[in-house]
Amino acid sequence: MKPVLAVKDLSVTFRTEDGPLSAVDRVSFEVGDGEVLAVVGESGCGKSVTAMSIAGLLPRTATVNGSVELDGTELIGADKRTLRSIRGREVAYIFQEPMTSLNPVFTVGHQIIEVLRTHIGLNRQAAHARAIELLKLVGIPSAERRVGDYPHQLSGGMRQRVMIAMAVACDPKVLIADEPTTALDVTIQAGILDVLRGLRERLGTSIVLITHDLGVVADLADRVAVMYAGRVVETAEVHDLFAHPEHPYTVGLLGASPAAGRHAESQRLNEIPGLVPVLTEQPDACTFADRCSRAVDTCTSSQPQLTDGPHRVACWNPVRERVEV
Amino acid sequence: MDDNALEVEDLVMHFGPVRAVDGVTLRIRQGTVVALVGESGSGKSTVGRCIVRLLEPTGGTVRLAGADITHLNRRRLRPHRRDVSIVFQDPAGSLDPRLSVGDIVGEPLRLMRRKDISTKVSESLRRVGLRPEVAQRAPHELSGGQRQRVSIARALISEPRLLVADEPTSALDVSVQAAVLNLLADLQRDLGFACLFITHDLSAVEYLADEVAVMYLGQLVEQGPRARIFGKPAHPYTQALLSAAPVPDPAEQRARRPVLLGDDLPSAIDPPPGCRFHTRCPVAVDTCRTVVPESRTIGEGGHQVACHLVKDDGTGPDVRPTEGAAR
Repeated sequence: MKPVLAVKDLSVTFRTEDGPLSAVDRVSFEVGDGEVLAVVGESGCGKSVTAMSIAGLLPRTATVNGSVELDGTELIGADKRTLRSIRGREVAYIFQEPMTSLNPVFTVGHQIIEVLRTHIGLNRQAAHARAIELLKLVGIPSAERRVGDYPHQLSGGMRQRVMIAMAVACDPKVLIADEPTTALDVTIQAGILDVLRGLRERLGTSIVLITHDLGVVADLADRVAVMYAGRVVETAEVHDLFAHPEHPYTVGLLGASPAAGRHAESQRLNEIPGLVPVLTEQPDACTFADRCSRAVDTCTSSQPQLTDGPHRVACWNPVRERVEV
Repeated sequence: MDDNALEVEDLVMHFGPVRAVDGVTLRIRQGTVVALVGESGSGKSTVGRCIVRLLEPTGGTVRLAGADITHLNRRRLRPHRRDVSIVFQDPAGSLDPRLSVGDIVGEPLRLMRRKDISTKVSESLRRVGLRPEVAQRAPHELSGGQRQRVSIARALISEPRLLVADEPTSALDVSVQAAVLNLLADLQRDLGFACLFITHDLSAVEYLADEVAVMYLGQLVEQGPRARIFGKPAHPYTQALLSAAPVPDPAEQRARRPVLLGDDLPSAIDPPPGCRFHTRCPVAVDTCRTVVPESRTIGEGGHQVACHLVKDDGTGPDVRPTEGAAR
């Protein structure tokens, strides 16, 4: 099956006052039709930069190399017109903080209608009806009334639902959700995850879910790509990844969160010593090596490449024995 | 000697019309960890700030190791300062950037006019896993995890009976969070202080707490031993909260079904009459809309719940859908 989104050897470097900063290094992944791919990692691993580079949302200080193909159309280096027609229509984004993405001086209905008129060319009446339909789709009660509300009249969870409604207004092929529930309380988060699940099931939308929350990954993802210091270090089907993590960083990450029912008396949490490196350029070595308990000589002299197959890992000494995490 | 490190009785804290905390009663026995959990706006941090007297409560009493500190002025509060410390969520914002780490950690002792401060600072830094040389550094030279260790070193240098930890790991990455949780568990076991652990992170609660108190819109809805709260939560809100937190295990997580409560959290300016949770409660009846439920003991180890629908033997409604139902 042909992937909807194919990212190949994507690299991003930022020019900063302190010199170049390598944020993403030759990242490759594919997202299938109706598939949810979670990109997981800690702060600074490059997951958000990867997401933003897909539809050209990065600032000018960024240099982007590699290839991002959406349904066969190359997006890297594409002209502004192509990008504008694709953004919102073929690729849509939702971000962590909905309040900063909504315009406070217009009603939410107005903002959804604007999207529908600009991108699909619906007339005012049809767009209004469709806006209400979309609000219902994302689970907003009394949508006929809420369509006239301003963003500040809505709770955080409702605003995120509105953002999702706007994002899927043009039935995009790919929805990029960058930490969509991080700012929300768990009882609200559960509802938003339910909406995203519904979109995939009802509209067949492919979703790239950027998150640091392994619980959210476990809930929604079909496949997972784990990022560390700008590189994908492991990628696998979700059950396989949680049950048989092979990269020492993935193993460390999974062992770092407390398991249900375990108290400090009976379980010590896994600590990963050291810090994430800040890289001016990507070395020909494993960037996790100096924090890794399994490092061997090769790790510091040669960069491991992702293996082939459904469960891919970039490691010279992967964990193949069964580990309890 | 009093058995309780902290006794909070009917605590009320209003900010103008905002009823942030409205009648919270809570005890922490010496050397135990009580987790105060709730979502944004539940008032849990305000409770913490009243206990360390960063705020003067509107009503009720706060007793630290038996001494009533509710309305003491600055001067009369000073002798009690060493008994309680607080660690905040954001270590960057709570450490003075103009001071060295050593000055920050030693400050509580300096205010108490103690001697031999630098030895104590080194000792305290070592205890939280930092090298004593870190004392010369400035806070901005440290990582987020190291800064949180510095705030913990500062909080514990006066050997308090009670540590209030307000979302100490929420701003940190998972792998750093793990280190700070391990550290808090070790320190608490070795030094034996009591701890009020304020958090919204339920997995951390299960990891650290002996007892759990659940807050909703300024009031406690349920409290009791950790195993009871996680094993047999009685209040519909506690049940919903536990069911909504995703667990990092795909097989288990996909077999669960969260209770969806709706997104509209009522305002603390005009909280709902009766039970404050009734507007989102899936099983609320007429009584819940008019009569405020009293907190009652329903089981061993002081398991208390404020819900009309829970019987005295602890049985009552379970709002959680049956596990394993197809998604």
